[in-house]
Amino acid sequence: MNAPLRGPGNNFVGQSVERLEDMRLLRGQGLFTDDVSRPGLVHAAILRSTVAHGWLRGVDSAAALALPGVVAVITAATMGAKVPAIPMRLAPLDELEPYWQPVIAADKVRYVGEPIAVVLAESAAIAEDALELLVAEIEALPPVVDTATALADGTLLFEAQGTNLAVLYTAQKGEAQAEFPGAYVRREKMDTQRHTATTMETRGLLAEWDATTEVLRIHGASKVPFASRGMLAKQMGLPETSIEMIEVDVGGGFGMRGEFYPEDFLVPFAAKHCGRPVKWIEDRREHLLACNHAREFDCDLELVCSREGDILALRGTVNGNMGAYMRANVAVAPRNVGQFLSGPYAVPNVHVEVRALLTNKTPTGTYRGPGRFEADFFRERLLDLAADDLGIDRVAFRRRNLVKMAEMPYPLATVTPPKKEEKLDSGDYVMTMDLALAELDWDAKLPLQGKLIDGRYHGLGVACFIEGGAAGPRERARVELVEDGTVAVYVGSTLVGQGLETVMTQIAADAMECSMDTIRFFHGSTTYVSEGFGSFHSRSTVMGGSAILLAIEELRQRMREAAAARLGCKAEAVRLEEGRAVAPGGGALSWAELATAGLSGDGVFHNHTHTYAYGAHACHVAVDPRSGHVEVVDYVAVEDVGRMINPLALQGQIVGAVVQGLGGVFLEHLVYDAEGQLLTGSFADYLLPTATDYRSIRAVAMGVHTGAVGPLGAKGAGEGGIIPVGGCIANAVAAAFSGKVQPMSLPLSPSRLWAMIEAAG
Amino acid sequence: MRDVAFEVNGKACRVAVEPRTTLADCLRHDLGLTGTHVACAHGVCGACTVLVDGEAVRSCLTLAVQMEGAAVTTIEGLSSEDGLSPLQAAFRKHGAVQCGFCTPGIITTMHALLTTEPHADEARVREVLSGNICRCTGYMAMVAAVLEARAAYQGAPA
Repeated sequence: MNAPLRGPGNNFVGQSVERLEDMRLLRGQGLFTDDVSRPGLVHAAILRSTVAHGWLRGVDSAAALALPGVVAVITAATMGAKVPAIPMRLAPLDELEPYWQPVIAADKVRYVGEPIAVVLAESAAIAEDALELLVAEIEALPPVVDTATALADGTLLFEAQGTNLAVLYTAQKGEAQAEFPGAYVRREKMDTQRHTATTMETRGLLAEWDATTEVLRIHGASKVPFASRGMLAKQMGLPETSIEMIEVDVGGGFGMRGEFYPEDFLVPFAAKHCGRPVKWIEDRREHLLACNHAREFDCDLELVCSREGDILALRGTVNGNMGAYMRANVAVAPRNVGQFLSGPYAVPNVHVEVRALLTNKTPTGTYRGPGRFEADFFRERLLDLAADDLGIDRVAFRRRNLVKMAEMPYPLATVTPPKKEEKLDSGDYVMTMDLALAELDWDAKLPLQGKLIDGRYHGLGVACFIEGGAAGPRERARVELVEDGTVAVYVGSTLVGQGLETVMTQIAADAMECSMDTIRFFHGSTTYVSEGFGSFHSRSTVMGGSAILLAIEELRQRMREAAAARLGCKAEAVRLEEGRAVAPGGGALSWAELATAGLSGDGVFHNHTHTYAYGAHACHVAVDPRSGHVEVVDYVAVEDVGRMINPLALQGQIVGAVVQGLGGVFLEHLVYDAEGQLLTGSFADYLLPTATDYRSIRAVAMGVHTGAVGPLGAKGAGEGGIIPVGGCIANAVAAAFSGKVQPMSLPLSPSRLWAMIEAAG
Repeated sequence: MRDVAFEVNGKACRVAVEPRTTLADCLRHDLGLTGTHVACAHGVCGACTVLVDGEAVRSCLTLAVQMEGAAVTTIEGLSSEDGLSPLQAAFRKHGAVQCGFCTPGIITTMHALLTTEPHADEARVREVLSGNICRCTGYMAMVAAVLEARAAYQGAPA
């Protein structure tokens, strides 16, 4: 197991320390974006397209401007000759630039919800009233809502491009398209439905332009404030140093929040335009319409196995319904579906083509476990079908094919673009599966499988996963000894509601060999460090935590040197204790006294490889064939994250992620009609899990096989809990009906499952 | 504008509001009590729950003008500067807070439940809690926290 990071003093790392941020959050003292106000505040509301696809012929704002209290109306015309577009932050390709989203519709609208105009008014209510008075003239075109229509290229979103296929990713390894004489082949079409993160706090921004100092200050930045600052600076024609992104409390991230959206330009632009602070708070309907959607993929895949049960090849095509534009991080999910289809299994030959297709729906982006949730559903379903056909127990089939420790590092398929090689780093994959089965009491429950008991069929499911983490390129931290004897820690990582302050403080206190109270933690805002890369791809702990360790190492050296100069001894002879620097002769200085020398340390942690946390889920379901309702009787999630910093916080994230995954399996569906209208615009029709839905969700988190990235040995975590849920549950449902019902499509809502049960007779 | 006089967290207050102003907006923007959060504004998620004369009420579906003469308690009124209440402390101990945005509405709702039903069992806790949406925790830790906090309400005057 893990040795203490720095002994013999502290060992906060690895302890379930109560979270620091809870003290304010539990007492209503958090500071979220809408809690920030400014004198002279102007409120923004956004007119959005009600048509999925059409030519925008003009916006009549005369009546809105006449309404008392309206300050201004901004349209594309306000921006002058060229409307800025939103660049891609992750996996950008030059050839995708034509598909970037303009920050406001100029000549064409491509999805319901696309911004057309911004109203600024003295109150939020007046701004919303004024929206009713704006008239957008739109000449409707036929909408493209599904991937089949998009592929046919009969209607094009971008006429000049001649295709709706934005990019094709190919995952390649070995010779998957070869003939495999005598082999078993199973081919299936499957799909996952459009749903998304749906954070409890909607998005919001407060922007103010200080004309005297020429500084644009923006509250509500999150996730990647430095990247967003760079994009905004370019769009606004300002130097980056003129923009301050301020991070406040964040009501949930899950990949959705903090990517660059049209409003991230429109609200700052409005503030500079009208010379007053501007606040925009998204409402829930807007959120469901305008935030990145996710997860809408369909596939046609073949799994090739030997008759003995060795996986030989995985091949086929996947279509991603990416929505109307290639925005910010839209490329991540389709790339990941290709990358993660083989998951934790040894698959010698892979050839999978993933098409990122444009449709007249809300643009997509990452949602916790992007591409991995989808890929796991497709793969784990195929594994059960193959095992059943081959007459092999599905646990034995998995045990046979999981990558073994001796095979690490194990090469995954290479995805092109960008043609970067990926390897599974470390782990005992079979161990986590066996543990999940033992925790569920699999063997004892097996006799229930397929049985009708008190009107319900019982089934068990198992699924395995890998979770990528620790995205580079680097993270930066600065630590300062403060004159009151505390240590200020600044890092470029960001808070998205994941307990970052606590985890980072644990790491810093261990390294400083001081109490957690002595650490003061500052993060995220662009005013603290010169650059930062934020919180995505489960990277904050590994990257930010490692940068903090490096910075503290430097600070402690400076402290020894400063103490030595004043105490008249050699630096290496100085002993640092909590709050004191002690010379061998007995002389000592307090940290407060040392701080007058202005001591600090900087750390930059570079990394270009990924960590792979991994694990397995097992579940027991009971299905009522009369209603299609599935009760999740028990659910166990096991994950090895290399090193646990805070086990309680980690377990909480795993349980939370499983329940989000169950929402995606049973409840959550962004439903569109044939005209491209979103039909699920409230929490009354977009259903999220509630406390009565899933009563027994258990997480077993462990730190056994450390990651190779950084001194912590931690692997990125927090997303893993959602990844295998679709495959695990669908496999259990299939097992409950002894294979006569085979879910190939999510969600497994009662009506859809009931129809499948009826069809199976 | 209409004048409305009511009590908030034990203090008398009088505000002038438009008739259409919700209690949530009045508390947050007129009275500066930003601990009450608005997450859906259509009465489904429970994030904005406050106590009106002791009953858990959705402040996004309540108009401020309806509060004439009422006693309103918000999360600020259930909190002290010194530390955490037993219910809040149980949430912290069990890891029942992640992003914290839904938390004030859940604390107010569970406080109302345990005040009137200090012996509520797990099924009852889940039933009442199901009126509040949390996107982070999956509820398991919350249920454990509420069950543990019952002890602090048992024997106290309802």
